[in-house]
Amino acid sequence: MTSLKKLLLGEQGLVVIFAIAFAIVAATVPNFLTERNMLGLLQSVVTIGIVACTMMFCLASRDFDLSVGSTVAFSGMIAVMASNATGSIVLGLIAALLCGGAVGLVNGVVIARFRINALITTLATMQIVRGLALIASDGRAVGINDPGFYQLALSKFLGIPTPIWVMAIFFVIFGFILNRTVFGKNTLAIGGNPEASRLAGVNVSRMRIWIFALQGLVCAVAGVLLASRITSGQPNAATGLELSVISACVLGGVSLAGGRAAMTGVIVGVLIMGIAENVMNLLNIQAFYQYVVRGLILLLAVLLDNLRSAAAGRRG
Amino acid sequence: MQDFLEFKAISKGYPGVQALADVSFSVKKGAVHGLMGENGAGKSTLIRVLSGDQSADTGEISIDGSTQHYRSVRDAFDAGVIVIHQELQLVPELTVAENLWLGRFPGKAGVIDRSRLTNVVREKLSEIGIEIEPGAKVASLSIGERQMVEIAKAVMADARVIALDEPTSSLSSRESEILFSLIERLRSQGKVILYVSHRLDEIFRLCDSLTVLRDGKLAAHHADITAVTREQIISEMVGREISNIWGYRPRELGDVRLEVKDIAGRKLRTPMSFTVRQGEILGFFGLIGAGRSEMTRLVYGADTRSQGSVSVDGIEVVADSPPHAIRGGIVLCPEDRKFYGIVQGRNIEENMAISSRRHFSPFGILQPKKEAELAEQFIAKLRVRTPSRKQDIVNLSGGNQQKVILGRWLSEQGVKVLIIDEPTRGIDVGAKSEIYEILYELAAQGMAIVVVSSELPEVMGITDRIVVMCQGRVAADIERDDFDERRILAAALPDVANASELPNQQVQ
Repeated sequence: MTSLKKLLLGEQGLVVIFAIAFAIVAATVPNFLTERNMLGLLQSVVTIGIVACTMMFCLASRDFDLSVGSTVAFSGMIAVMASNATGSIVLGLIAALLCGGAVGLVNGVVIARFRINALITTLATMQIVRGLALIASDGRAVGINDPGFYQLALSKFLGIPTPIWVMAIFFVIFGFILNRTVFGKNTLAIGGNPEASRLAGVNVSRMRIWIFALQGLVCAVAGVLLASRITSGQPNAATGLELSVISACVLGGVSLAGGRAAMTGVIVGVLIMGIAENVMNLLNIQAFYQYVVRGLILLLAVLLDNLRSAAAGRRG
Repeated sequence: MQDFLEFKAISKGYPGVQALADVSFSVKKGAVHGLMGENGAGKSTLIRVLSGDQSADTGEISIDGSTQHYRSVRDAFDAGVIVIHQELQLVPELTVAENLWLGRFPGKAGVIDRSRLTNVVREKLSEIGIEIEPGAKVASLSIGERQMVEIAKAVMADARVIALDEPTSSLSSRESEILFSLIERLRSQGKVILYVSHRLDEIFRLCDSLTVLRDGKLAAHHADITAVTREQIISEMVGREISNIWGYRPRELGDVRLEVKDIAGRKLRTPMSFTVRQGEILGFFGLIGAGRSEMTRLVYGADTRSQGSVSVDGIEVVADSPPHAIRGGIVLCPEDRKFYGIVQGRNIEENMAISSRRHFSPFGILQPKKEAELAEQFIAKLRVRTPSRKQDIVNLSGGNQQKVILGRWLSEQGVKVLIIDEPTRGIDVGAKSEIYEILYELAAQGMAIVVVSSELPEVMGITDRIVVMCQGRVAADIERDDFDERRILAAALPDVANASELPNQQVQ
């Protein structure tokens, strides 16, 4: 019992849970372990996976970002509208990145410089940005004129769709940033003890602004890929994304109290979210039940986080 | 009289450390028994085992001849053992009486019998001689009064063994006196009191017998405290003779290194100026709230300055944030290590390299090998006691944490001014003298050092000059040759009539 507990609550506990869940699902659910379904599953978690990369930094530094869903929708929208208007996909992408980055920058400046609680700030920007997306499109979906835009999501490299590659590259880049750069170490230090980090010479407010700005940029990338996949700019896209992303991060061992994060954990958290949804689809479970399951997973994630910190406390 | 409370071969280990090894001793009925030892000697672990909060790996506790098998604080409570911790366990928004009854309110069907609630408490309080109104909210009481309430709680529960962990650490001398007479009354009622303290004066004044722990082992047990001397106890605690823990050595002083001119801020309104010379150790002394820490934060740029300038070697340092101060050669070891110093959850290496790594991380990419070298170098140089540089800093003792923070700054480049706020608070005697040695060495290399402390013996023991602060102002500036305890204290006190409110000085 105690060794099982140690295994489940330890450093690699999540990977173990994931491996067990994966094995059970692969053995029991028909059509799960096929190439087509696997690619579909990965495609379905691209948005969550990409946004989780920077959400991890946000949570690790004791912050919070609720505005990601709106930013994804807004920047996707901008990408489509700008490329329709200018006839250039590249310009559309640049516009989307600028808008996403701007939203993040505003979040960061308000939170770090004006010292407004991150929860409140991003709750506000979440609504403002969603509103902007609705205003810009007059509440309707905006179709894509240039079929080249579809290729962002449809193109493949070595048989694997581009969005999955993008997600994988993001995992690698942000894993590197977290573990091997001063930026990553300072993020964890801020989450561990913000005031001590400040007195140790870390420029805490600049770090926080950067983290939020990055978050906005990354949301823009996710928004562009999402728009390409659903072949239009949808003002109502990605509603509730923030909660799925935070669930995935927490499930992946990122502490809501800050100071603890690991890229592998977040990847596994993202995949667990994806598998849960994928399996329910394969089993033809009504969409309504999926909300309940998602909520239960979140609850489980927080409970696990709690147990894990208690275990870590005892070890210390 | 016979032995009432007995510890029999108690051992308790945590990962990486044997907190208690085979500790046995006993205490007689109606005795106040002192428990002393350096930080990390095992006192807290022993108290935790006694309180039922943690269970011993081996060994047992027996009370009044019967072996106890309790597994929780609740079980210990039922067995008549109550531990009063430094952090008090009272609900501030409830009244004294409500706190005393908490968990078992008198009454029927959930309706509280208010008159019984108050009357029983009033009776009990007067029985043990505590003058506190049962209807008063705990939030309105002083720390000392709250402690009385905690003790009353123990008495209400018919405790047979009461353990007090550093009870006077936040009391004024007058409050301490009241506590001592209460303890003496409890002794005469036949209770066993286990008294944990660093303060030798209190131990000699209160205790009948004494146990000294060192490195988790029993260092000495004195059944009769009148047969021992202070020096003996100190050497038992440290395990070696310490003749002079300050070890002060005079140095050659150079030119003015740090010049602070008319600085003021939101929390320090009166502009303040001082200078520190190369190789000089300047002490800042004052009561809590005199503005010492505020001054250090202004010099370091941790708080915003409204006016004034700071220069190092004649060059002005635009210290409006810690990174600027660090680049200008000023570093700060803050007062409260837990809140301002260490980054919890990160290991020694990361805590050390947090600032200096910018010098050897091209494009912000870490060089793990260099960080490891740096950590190993300073762990060895500062003699940080740890199994590995990968150890989480929270697992270190206070002294070793302080050394890691010193290592953080010594690994920086071009540090010319070291400000160290409460250098040895919560640090045991052995590590203290090591830290002083480090300061002397740095000063000898020409660094200007500012030591802020509320321990007068410490400031007088290690500094070349003392600036006394009082109510946000410089009250006196005294050279080492003129150091005089009474003169310094008089300058620190805002009003001599309040002398009894002076916080207790740590006894060395």
